[in-house]
Amino acid sequence: MPIRIWDIPREEYFVSGHRLCPGCGAGIIMRHLAKALGGKGIIAHATGCVEVSTTYYPETSWRIPWIHVAFENVAAVASGIEAAYKVLKRKGIVDPNKDVKIVAVAGDGGTFDIGFQALSGMLERGHDVLYLVYDNEAYMNTGIQRSGSTPFGAWTTTTPVGDVWIYGEWRPKTRKDLLFIAMAHNIPYYATVNPAYITDLYEKISKALTIKGPKLIHAFSPCPPGWRINDDDTIRVSRLAVQTGVWINLEYVNGVVRVTTPVPRRRPVEEYLKIQGRFRHLDKEAIEKIQAMVDEYVAKINKLVGKEVIGPVER
Amino acid sequence: MSMNKVLEKKLLEPLSGNHAVAYAVRDCDVDVISAYPITPQTTIVEKLAEFVASGELDAEFLHVESEHSALSAAIGAAASGARAFTATSSQGLALMYEVLFIASGMRIPMVMALVTRALSAPINIWNDHSDLMASQDTGWIQLVSTNNQEAYDFIIIGYKLSEREDVMLPVMVALDGYIQSHTIEPVQLEDPEKVRKFVPKKKRPVTLDPEKPVSFGTLGDPDWYYEFKIQQAEALERAYQAYKEVSSEFSQYFGRSYEPFQILYGEDSDAILVVLGAHTGTFLKAVEMARREGMKIGLGVIRMLRPFPPEVSKYLSQYSFIGVADKAINFGSASGSYLTNDIATSLYLEGASSRITTYIYGIGGRPVKIEDALYVVRHLWRISKRLEEVPKKPVFVGVRY
Repeated sequence: MPIRIWDIPREEYFVSGHRLCPGCGAGIIMRHLAKALGGKGIIAHATGCVEVSTTYYPETSWRIPWIHVAFENVAAVASGIEAAYKVLKRKGIVDPNKDVKIVAVAGDGGTFDIGFQALSGMLERGHDVLYLVYDNEAYMNTGIQRSGSTPFGAWTTTTPVGDVWIYGEWRPKTRKDLLFIAMAHNIPYYATVNPAYITDLYEKISKALTIKGPKLIHAFSPCPPGWRINDDDTIRVSRLAVQTGVWINLEYVNGVVRVTTPVPRRRPVEEYLKIQGRFRHLDKEAIEKIQAMVDEYVAKINKLVGKEVIGPVER
Repeated sequence: MSMNKVLEKKLLEPLSGNHAVAYAVRDCDVDVISAYPITPQTTIVEKLAEFVASGELDAEFLHVESEHSALSAAIGAAASGARAFTATSSQGLALMYEVLFIASGMRIPMVMALVTRALSAPINIWNDHSDLMASQDTGWIQLVSTNNQEAYDFIIIGYKLSEREDVMLPVMVALDGYIQSHTIEPVQLEDPEKVRKFVPKKKRPVTLDPEKPVSFGTLGDPDWYYEFKIQQAEALERAYQAYKEVSSEFSQYFGRSYEPFQILYGEDSDAILVVLGAHTGTFLKAVEMARREGMKIGLGVIRMLRPFPPEVSKYLSQYSFIGVADKAINFGSASGSYLTNDIATSLYLEGASSRITTYIYGIGGRPVKIEDALYVVRHLWRISKRLEEVPKKPVFVGVRY
């Protein structure tokens, strides 16, 4: 039976007082990650928005042991923590029955770009770690710069719009796809989650924590200042991402891909784009190009799943 | 006591410097090893892999994908309460540069072996001290061995020193690439039980433990960062006294002791030549040969590079002429030598007016023959007799112009 909203524990392990922006998608994701971990987790955090905003010395929002070392190495740090617990349990220095879940958290910059090598190493070595990436699609902590995850056509401070860069000329194709990267590493669990589908998000994190080996969860994480959306549009834009097929909630378990939020009739991608200031400059032609990219990706996922779980666009 | 000593006396093992390090790591019962190959360090982690594969050492061996990750994983492991180890050389250390500061800033107790090697470019796998010297300001305690026995002993001393609550800093143990790493010397291995008694595993004051949540590596703003850094600087300063205590305890256990700074043939000398690392033996031989020729030159050996031992200036200020032999070039700096900069500063702060001559040698593995060492010693002697001016620039030994 799927999880209902009242199945999510009331206890908070990620507490208020942090300095995240109003409406930050990552805050919602962290809160539910912390709930899922409860008193059993250790979190390693890459440099980024959440890291600087939640542990402003002498304060911390984490009621979970937490460590930050640097930007590009969170997967290595988490690997070290996991190895330490493994050997300390084996040697009887730590109670062998102690249940400790190791989690690495990074943004898209710390995952798609600078932390990519360490992530690949961690997945390849097979550490029992859950790696969660909160993907706000740019370097938001340094002030909205393009990352390897920035979608085609999006304005950022390093992809400004001008006479030469009208839209997307800086990368005329789609961004990196973590699903296929996860599949290439042959890991036991990969999932995409979205804050508008909170029970799905909570369930996937909880499920991942019960699986041995390296797990990767890719979280859609709207950034109101970076995406130029209103503070109270975070959930609306998250839901629209799924309804338009820009984001597909899915799960990859031991080689099988399953879409967890089927969308029988898609809404046009324009609805997702038009409420975000970062896409304001896109003309009809650009929007059509993005629609074609989404259609292509939807077809790819449907083919992978073996049936049409994401339907056609309903105009 | 003497009977015990006789009973404990074991045969010396013929070991390369790298294997001596690996044995020390085994004897300290290290829990987590993160390893990435780089010449000339590689045989350390190869030997450790053999120990783990055979069950001789119960440790987690992480085949990390870079040196940056090697140190990062070691930090994660040490922060979780494990005894962690890694080893590197040259470019590997350079790749770790960012993380070196974080390890010391986060007060992570651990030991890393540095098998010294020249830095690129041009790429060069041979020995000099450019990696060691360029990392001296990263907040690590640096112990520099002169032979393979010292490499073995310093790893053990390193864990004891690093894990002291009044220190809590990472320790780098240097040994010279090839000259030590791949050269077999007799090494007295100690009984692992006894080593473990000397470096017992104690519960650390703070670790990553769900029962007692703490945040490591938080943001320190201008209101706090300064205090963090002052405390770190004070801890590194305390490490000097802590080292002396650990070293004296080590000598009670194992009968060997190493001063942070040692002077040989100091009493009647006209000048002192300061050295560190594996060529100490070569320079000592040259000093002894020169003394037979009537040239009264003494030798100063630095075994603790960071924190810089305060007695260096105290001892050296008694001499009018000092020679400094450095196996690295400090590009564009006041003296052109890391070691000279430190020694000159410490002498100036002491109010001394000793004159320093810098000798750069062995760069990129350029062979250092006894003639080269003799040239240095004789040159320094001529300066001390005022037969030659004190050069303003370093003397480059063994270079072709």
